[in-house]
Amino acid sequence: MTVNTAYLIRGATLPQGTRADLLVQDARITAVGTNLDTGSGLTVIDADGLIALPGLVDLHTHLREPGFEQSETVLTGSRAAAAGGFTSVFAMANTLPVSDTAGVVEQVQALGDAAGYATVRPIGAVTVGLAGERLSEIGAMAHSRAQVRVFSDDGKCVHDSLLMRRALEYVRTFDGVVAQHAQDPRLTENAQMNEGALSSELGLKGWPAVAEESIIARDVLLAEHVGSRLHVCHVSTAGSVEVIRWAKSRGITVTAEATPHHLLLTEDLIRSYDARYKVNPPLRRDEDVRALREGLADGTIDIIATDHAPHPKESKEAEWDAASFGMVGLESALSVAQTALIDTGLLTWNDIARVLSQTPADIGRLADHSHCFEVGAPANFTLVDPSTTSTFDLARLAGKSTNSPYLGRTLSGRVEYTFHHGYPTVGAAAVRPADEVATAAAAWKAGN
Amino acid sequence: MRHLLTTKHLSRDAAIQILDVAEDMADVANREVKKLPALRGKTVVNLFFEDSTRTRISFEAAAKRLSADVINFSAKGSSVSKGESLKDTAQTLAAMGADAVVIRHQSSGAPQVLAESGWIDAPIVNAGDGTHEHPTQALLDAFTMRRRLYNGQSRGRDLDGVGVVIVGDILHSRVARSNLWLLETLGAHVTFVAPATLVPLGAETWPVAISYDLDATLAAEKPDVVMMLRIQSERMNAAFFPNAREYSREWGLDDVRFAALPTDTIVMHPGPMNRGLEISAAAADSAQSTVLEQVTNGVSIRMAALYLLLSGDREALL
Repeated sequence: MTVNTAYLIRGATLPQGTRADLLVQDARITAVGTNLDTGSGLTVIDADGLIALPGLVDLHTHLREPGFEQSETVLTGSRAAAAGGFTSVFAMANTLPVSDTAGVVEQVQALGDAAGYATVRPIGAVTVGLAGERLSEIGAMAHSRAQVRVFSDDGKCVHDSLLMRRALEYVRTFDGVVAQHAQDPRLTENAQMNEGALSSELGLKGWPAVAEESIIARDVLLAEHVGSRLHVCHVSTAGSVEVIRWAKSRGITVTAEATPHHLLLTEDLIRSYDARYKVNPPLRRDEDVRALREGLADGTIDIIATDHAPHPKESKEAEWDAASFGMVGLESALSVAQTALIDTGLLTWNDIARVLSQTPADIGRLADHSHCFEVGAPANFTLVDPSTTSTFDLARLAGKSTNSPYLGRTLSGRVEYTFHHGYPTVGAAAVRPADEVATAAAAWKAGN
Repeated sequence: MRHLLTTKHLSRDAAIQILDVAEDMADVANREVKKLPALRGKTVVNLFFEDSTRTRISFEAAAKRLSADVINFSAKGSSVSKGESLKDTAQTLAAMGADAVVIRHQSSGAPQVLAESGWIDAPIVNAGDGTHEHPTQALLDAFTMRRRLYNGQSRGRDLDGVGVVIVGDILHSRVARSNLWLLETLGAHVTFVAPATLVPLGAETWPVAISYDLDATLAAEKPDVVMMLRIQSERMNAAFFPNAREYSREWGLDDVRFAALPTDTIVMHPGPMNRGLEISAAAADSAQSTVLEQVTNGVSIRMAALYLLLSGDREALL
């Protein structure tokens, strides 16, 4: 299978519910219709019962390379992305060295291009070394070959109010956006889980909702004051949804994401002290989960982003305080979204295409992104079987780390195929081999 | 019950069984030879990641009175402080043939992680984990209350209707939590008294009355038991209250408050005490104080716990 192979996707269900055949040639969708002709040399994929979604876009991924290759590499992380139906990922800047220079972001982008599993778009650090003290070379990163448009100190909050104001203003120069990790550092010193009766009972230091909500409130007001756009990472509380809803009603240009785990899991899981459930921001209460789902349904929350955060086994096989924050999420995101949002009737597949592909692509200024299978669009898409329900297991994971909170949990749906630039990265529910994908990617690049 | 991790998940029957077995163990302490052969050939490891000489020697005395061999593993200055994980430590102890592990750890939940990990198959006794639980302390406190209230007629009794006021740093206290859950199970009613900064968030959903005013509470509740908790000086630096003098004025059991208590009110403290801060010398040394009885009873309770977990059929006994 190479980029020159033409594919006929037979009888897929498009997000808005209509059935169509899709013809894929030369990395583009060249025809959309019914009963498209089966010419010779076409590989035909029977997509009866499968839903075709535009390639998923993750605005919040940790690929860990350079620096933390024992957890994940650009290759293994983008392979996990492909397994989850993603064709583009935005790689967070908390690498080592930090992605705060043109050199590092170009390296990350080049590694992604070479692997070929997904389009890798580096995120640049807002401040040098994520230290929160002075702005990094945002212009250099924006003008580099990586063309960075999203800037974030994720993992750390840009908590200095003046610095945040300057960052919001400065990135506007380059049509960029600041993606804020909203966490007041003083209110969350050594914090371990959502603060409430349960954290008090379990003796784990509380992480109050107000530590997130107060930063979001400050940031939306700053964004309004300077007229810049703001993106809020991993919103986790009902109060945050309220603040963002109010900001949008005032016309403030703020966008917000929720992670799959905050849309499905609650703090009660922490009774086990199983560190797979340790994540930043922490799992919250059932009423927070419901508020996030409603926020997605009414558009207050714009997108779902995974916050895929791989960690090696030893980082999670530990007492709670000593374990690392984070969970892998690329491979499970779509199944979690279906379970939490489609099966509950809150969102349609068209909404899923919006929150997991179109809007994150818009926020990240992702060039040449197919929104709705129009003829001539790049052939980045995924085919999902929504009818299966299965136990999420290790075989579903395709990255380097296995710190998934869903292992052993029943989830709906399964990614059957993923196409990136017209070549399959996932075929018949199996991730294609790295050499095959890299060859196809090189051929696409040569022809582009 | 395979382990003793919490009082939260201890049934009334299991709790009373431990208290009754501890009565038998207390009788042993009054003999000329304070030793039973029950755990001969068994090895009990005291795995202490956090310094606590009092609790360690109490468990050590308990194990030795049952004729067990005792290994003290202090994580300070050992390979643990050099980055050895809980998993490696546990597997090492398992490989050495530990029959029971008594663990004190600064991280809440560490004993539960150890018990459920599969790294070691031995019964685990929680000797205090973070700000979570300290079940043997709560059991020895209940044991002490039962003995004082029922004058040698303790066996089989619960604490139905007993009023207990617990005063001090509830927020950081595993003793307060374990006491609350156990006392509730045994039918006592509990009041926490503390400045609002030291009351855990969400505690209003727990089976406890909460008060900020010690004088009003002592006057209104006329409690059978007043339990003072140790206040740690680092709390002042973290702005939980302004200084020791103000704390002592508002929440200390000073001579005036102590003198106002009925003479049958039991005064308890888990130790070590800050004399003059949370409790006055007169209160601590009075006949109403059970401070030293608590230490004595601690050995009996820990003997009972080790005996029940290590001898015979653990599942049937507890």
